[in-house]
Amino acid sequence: MAKLTIADLKKIKEKVHKEMSLRDGDRRVKVTVHMGTCGIASGAKEVMDTLLQEIETAGANDVIVTTSGCMGLCSREPLVTVEVLNQAPIKYEYINPNKMRQIFKKHILAGEIQTPFVLAKGSEVNK
Amino acid sequence: MLELSAHILDIAENSVRAGARLIEINIEEDTANDYLSIAIIDDGHGMKQEEINKVLDPFYTTKTVRRVGLGIPLLADAAQRSGGSLQLQSQEGKGTSIKATFGLNHLDRQPMGDITGTIIILIAGNLDVDFYCKYRHNIRRFELDTREIRKEIEDVPINHPEVLKYIRGVLEEGFSEIKPEA
Repeated sequence: MAKLTIADLKKIKEKVHKEMSLRDGDRRVKVTVHMGTCGIASGAKEVMDTLLQEIETAGANDVIVTTSGCMGLCSREPLVTVEVLNQAPIKYEYINPNKMRQIFKKHILAGEIQTPFVLAKGSEVNK
Repeated sequence: MLELSAHILDIAENSVRAGARLIEINIEEDTANDYLSIAIIDDGHGMKQEEINKVLDPFYTTKTVRRVGLGIPLLADAAQRSGGSLQLQSQEGKGTSIKATFGLNHLDRQPMGDITGTIIILIAGNLDVDFYCKYRHNIRRFELDTREIRKEIEDVPINHPEVLKYIRGVLEEGFSEIKPEA
């Protein structure tokens, strides 16, 4: 690794430690981007790129992003599940970067479910 | 799947589903031999011989939610269209390695696409998996190992926005130095 060095990582660690000591609750929202072959082929990567950018811009360190596989609804991909702590998960269908930005700002940050894009409420039964 | 980086993301997600703890992504470009290879090596639970035999069959999948499994057949097709091939080795309990080769300058070789973003997504989306990425262009080499990063940041999660930003910086700098062609 060239110019960006381990010293930079140490600085990041110290900075994050300072921030963590100011706040207690760590994870408030979990967002799952479905990354099966079907999801990737229909643009899940761009959706996830957008989500990571938005989190970085907003400094929303209490939002956790994860990926999962296909859940069998390939024709409705890209799918995104938003799970606010202590609330039922919301599954969004046919997501693109613009819809992802809207969901991030309105649902993840402000708590308003974006009904027009909702596929379902609740968790899938995973085998 | 129009870009090689999308295939890499897809195959690496297979490794994640196979319970891998370490996934190695190895890309090599050799201009003199007009050769590009992409290898994804994991330490997941591997496959049985009968599963290996069916891996190129798009109507075979281990999933129960649908009846098709297109990830590996699509990669094999992308490799073959550019005069390359796909090799797969797997051992139950040990892991799986997939290597696809391509004609680097072949007209039908798919472009690499956003490899930086792909690696970031893999790291961000799979908190408990380590990634060892190697990219070689002729004699120029670049490596990124998340195990080394984890050692330095200790209890800070690797998917923290600040850490991801750092990793993005390292990747962009690395790729701008080795100047890949794909």
